[in-house]
Amino acid sequence: MKCSEFLQELTNYLDGVLDDRTKAELEDHLAWCHNCYVVCDTTKKTIEIYRDSELYELPDDLRGRLRSAIISKCHQYKKPQEKL
Amino acid sequence: MSAIQPKVSEPVSDELALVQAAKGGDVSAFEELVRRYDRNVFRIAQHITQNREDAEDVVQDAFLKAYGNLEQFQGQSKFYTWLVRIAVNEALMKLRRRRPERMVSLDEDVKTEEDSVPREIADWSPNPEQLYKQSELKEILTRTIQGLPPSFRTVFVLRDVEGLSTEETAEALGLSIPAVKSRLLRARLQLRERLSRYFQRRESGDVKK
Repeated sequence: MKCSEFLQELTNYLDGVLDDRTKAELEDHLAWCHNCYVVCDTTKKTIEIYRDSELYELPDDLRGRLRSAIISKCHQYKKPQEKL
Repeated sequence: MSAIQPKVSEPVSDELALVQAAKGGDVSAFEELVRRYDRNVFRIAQHITQNREDAEDVVQDAFLKAYGNLEQFQGQSKFYTWLVRIAVNEALMKLRRRRPERMVSLDEDVKTEEDSVPREIADWSPNPEQLYKQSELKEILTRTIQGLPPSFRTVFVLRDVEGLSTEETAEALGLSIPAVKSRLLRARLQLRERLSRYFQRRESGDVKK
């Protein structure tokens, strides 16, 4: 397996959706190709860092305000139908 | 090396019942759906629009649009996937309004110079996130992901931050599965490349710049 072929399968490998044979070929490549090992490992860390980063958390006070606004508009939305 | 562990999502078994109740005019059932997904919609909206006010508008508009169109939701997909599709469209509209000079489309097949060939192959520190203070780390991550084209950013956020499956992401974005996979690979590699300059293993005694 060439490095370019490894790279094409990287996303499937990290997502754990490869068949056993392809997975074994990739892991064989990883065992001797240090560059691909580093790219694979640091890509995995990239995903984990973003997943755990809690960027853009919705603050509680804003959350409450948004929900009140949404729900009050939902009530208004229903009113015309209730008159029928 | 093991595969990425997906985020565990909440059970959705009662979700159809909530949607049915909301369809029948039970606003408190819809409120429960808002509680379940408002944080996710806000994160997605802010990642796409890169603007706090726009993200707040998207949360309101997406839920109200969902409420007004509940009859259209047939239950073939998860409610959340359907909601995300509405929210992504609202967010892209906001982005286009702010940047009329550039057509923003999820279909754009962006060619970028760096693209997917790794150039930075240095290993990272064992705990790269500990190299920086929490606020510095957030700044780095925000700046880095904002540099991605919107179509890459959106796929990465849905798959890797929000934990949607490839199929759900394709459905939410109206893209084919190969298109999602191709964008995801390039997004992951470009982020990795850009983060490498911050997270490379340093010799002991090195002063952080």
